[in-house]
Amino acid sequence: MTVEAADTPSVPTAEAADPPVIPTAKRPTGREVIYRHSLVVRLTHWINVLVISLLLMSGLNIFNAYPRLHWGQFGADFDKAWLEMAALGPSADHAKGVVRIAGHPFTTTGVFGVSKDAHGVSVVQGFPSWATLPSQRDLATARRWHFFLAWLFVINGAVYFLFALVNGHLRRDLAPSGADLRPRNIVRSIVDHIRLKHPVGEEAKRYNILQKLAYLAVIFLILPAMILTGLAMSPGFDSLAPWLVDVFGGRPSARSIHFISANLIVLFVIVHVVEVFLAGVWNEIRSMITGRYVIRTEHGA
Amino acid sequence: MTGGMFSRRGLLGAGAAGAGGLLLSGCDRLSASPSFQKFIATSGGDLTFDAQRLLLAGQPLAREFKASQISPVFKSNGTSHPESDDYDALAKDGFVNWRLAVDGLVGRPRQFSLADLKAMPSRTQITRHDCVEGWSAIGGWTGVPLGHLLRKVGLRPNARYVVLRCADDLEASLDGSGLYYESIDLFDAFHPQTILAYAMNGAPLAIPHGAPLRLRVERQLGYKQAKYVMRIEVVDRIDRIQGGKGGYWEDRGYAWYAGI
Repeated sequence: MTVEAADTPSVPTAEAADPPVIPTAKRPTGREVIYRHSLVVRLTHWINVLVISLLLMSGLNIFNAYPRLHWGQFGADFDKAWLEMAALGPSADHAKGVVRIAGHPFTTTGVFGVSKDAHGVSVVQGFPSWATLPSQRDLATARRWHFFLAWLFVINGAVYFLFALVNGHLRRDLAPSGADLRPRNIVRSIVDHIRLKHPVGEEAKRYNILQKLAYLAVIFLILPAMILTGLAMSPGFDSLAPWLVDVFGGRPSARSIHFISANLIVLFVIVHVVEVFLAGVWNEIRSMITGRYVIRTEHGA
Repeated sequence: MTGGMFSRRGLLGAGAAGAGGLLLSGCDRLSASPSFQKFIATSGGDLTFDAQRLLLAGQPLAREFKASQISPVFKSNGTSHPESDDYDALAKDGFVNWRLAVDGLVGRPRQFSLADLKAMPSRTQITRHDCVEGWSAIGGWTGVPLGHLLRKVGLRPNARYVVLRCADDLEASLDGSGLYYESIDLFDAFHPQTILAYAMNGAPLAIPHGAPLRLRVERQLGYKQAKYVMRIEVVDRIDRIQGGKGGYWEDRGYAWYAGI
């Protein structure tokens, strides 16, 4: 994060195009513009937004072909499922949608199990049409999308990872420092998050510890887990690396972990977007488009 | 002033929702376009095929399991009993009159009885069957390695694919266009675990699982494991057979290479 204009009390030129949001009288006296996100980070971020959204939606269509999840080396219709979406009833129009988790049924009519398609017709399927790609049940097309996107995702991720390593983004911005990891700092960060308090001044130039941990968990745990569990579901790849299947406890287990990891990504995105809104939606989005981020150097107004 | 914020925020929300909607309908329209289908199939599908062929060049074996790991119930998928009088007549006599025709680009085309196949060297393997839908079942298979059979009849130099013609008309078509068939190339045909199985879990192959003979091409998904095999045809190209995509499900949109 290169400091571009330090401690400029007036509006920097980079800000000229930005419509005034806060009246000048109330504007904090200190306003600084930093270059927060490099071009590679910005590009790979937005490619990821598109690619992961479509991977998720095509993945849900693939899930719908067999909306049951198992643990172990095998798992089919007659074997115990830990998660299952089903429809109970004589016809789609009069069916009750049910999600069973560890045997406990939850009624989910309208969303999971039974839902209306784009034409308002009730259909029996796990995830609803509005969440899947293609919107109608089409395993063959969904698989083509999914594997095409998976290549884009892996290439995009490799570009990001190499850049982050070489350019120092990883070490400088993401790796927690000793001070970050002090229990007192972690507790303070948790309290700040609960109070929805966002840092200003120097502190706003760095990611806070919870933010760093969340990004690191996604980059180094969840996204790699998606790729590895995905590969473990390929019977071809399994012959090359049977140990990978064993790491997850079997192909049905890998499919379950793939599903859980996808849910964790959705959870991360929800929190991420909520934080963007809380921290200042325009400033945050602009920083991911142009790279420039405005720091308030003191508590204004 | 905050009003301005909110309207802009509202605009952003509406924009995002609109973009999402456009994205969805756009993707559906793209999915329906044959040229885009071809684009994602060739760029993604061919890349996957090439990458796996490179990685599997050493012909590693699919994981084999212990007898104790066999699925209590092995799901029968697709056809569970071919609807044809000819097939029923064969089944009634325990398939003694059944013959496997091996022809096409081979040196010595001929027919094999079940007894002929059982007299050949056999291989038994307990493997995992992965359906394209997402479920898996473990079962034990005994049969003759396809490579052995192909060497016996001899391949002509231009032989490239092995086509398996089946007895089941999955679509119940009148013109035979719904007859099940599959194809694999010689890379998979000569893999040691590629067998024509006549027994499952120690018993003669049952009708729901493809009696009297089915293909096991481990390292690929379930729809490649053709059941009720009646004829093996060796060809140089597959694009002139039935729908031209190399298999029943391939003609209906699924990828010919099912290693993923």
